[in-house]
Amino acid sequence: MTETKKEEITKYIVISSDEVLPSDAAMKIYESEFPVTVKETCFGLIVSGAKDDVETVVDRIRQLDKNHIFVKDRGFPPGDERRCRASRGGGPRPGFHFLREEVKMLPAIGAALDELEAKEHVKEKCKTKCRLKTSDLEKVIEEELAR
Amino acid sequence: MAKVFIYPLNSLILADLVERFGHKPLTMMSQIREKVTSISLDSPPINITPEDPKLGLKYAAIEVPAGVRGRMALIGPLIEQTEAAILVENPPTNFGCVGCNRTNELTKYLIRSKGVPLLEVKYPESDEEARDFVNKIAEFLESLPKEKPEEEEKTKEGESAEKGDEK
Repeated sequence: MTETKKEEITKYIVISSDEVLPSDAAMKIYESEFPVTVKETCFGLIVSGAKDDVETVVDRIRQLDKNHIFVKDRGFPPGDERRCRASRGGGPRPGFHFLREEVKMLPAIGAALDELEAKEHVKEKCKTKCRLKTSDLEKVIEEELAR
Repeated sequence: MAKVFIYPLNSLILADLVERFGHKPLTMMSQIREKVTSISLDSPPINITPEDPKLGLKYAAIEVPAGVRGRMALIGPLIEQTEAAILVENPPTNFGCVGCNRTNELTKYLIRSKGVPLLEVKYPESDEEARDFVNKIAEFLESLPKEKPEEEEKTKEGESAEKGDEK
C-alpha cells in the first residue's frame, strides 16, 4: 500500500505592524487549532506544516493587518540542524542579513500600500456620481482642522 | 496568474507584493526546499549533486566557475518558467544564495534577452521612493493577465476529453 505524503511547506510571516505583535499572531494560530508548527521570532513567525493548512493560517494572519504583515516562503523547515543557530554555535542564521535589511524598509512599504489602497477606494467611489454625503463632508472638515 | 521572476531571488518584499497582487513569484526558496527536503539528497554541502553543475552547463560555459554553474542549475529552471519579471537595481545586500555577482549578471542578461514583460526599478531608500516603488510594481502586476488565456484552457479541455474517450 502506498501512502502519499502531503507536501510540507514553511513560510515566514514578518510583522511590521503597530497593532499586531508576533505573540498575538502566534496566539491566533494556536486558537485556530490547525496542525502547524509555529516558531516565534524577533521579526514575526515561522509557520511550517501541510501546504493547505499553512496557506489558510497565513491568510488569516495577514488579514489582521494586511498592509503591514508580509509573507515569504522558506526553503528549510524551522529548527533544521543545517541552519539552526543552536547546532551551529550561535551567530546570525545564513539568510538573516538580507531579511534584516528588508525589514528596515517594511514600514515605508506598508505606508505605500495603505496609500495605494486608499487611492483605489477613491477611484471606486468616483465611478458612481452622487452627491457628497454630510458624513463624508464632516470627515473632510475634521481632517483639515486636525492638520 | 502569471509566473513572475523576481530579482533578488530571495526578496521578502518582492515575493510578498507579487503574491499580494495575485501572481506566483518564482523564488530561490522553492528551489532550495526541493533540495533540502527530498530524502534522496544528503546534507549540505553535498546536497548539490554532481549532476547539478552539468545542468548549469546549459547556461554557462565549462570555463566558468563551478559556483556559477551550480547556482544556474537552480536559477535556470526558474528562468525557463518565467512569464514576467521584476528586476531591482542596487539591492543593499546580496548575501547567501544570491551573493555571486557573476551569476546575478548572467541571470539578468538571460531575463532581459528572454523578451518577457519586464519591470526594472531601483531599490527604495526613502518613503517617497518606496511609494514610487510600490506604485510601479502594482501597476506592472495589474497589467499582467490574471487568468490563463482561453486558448490554453480550451486545449486542456480538449486533451482531457480525448483521454476520457480513450478510457
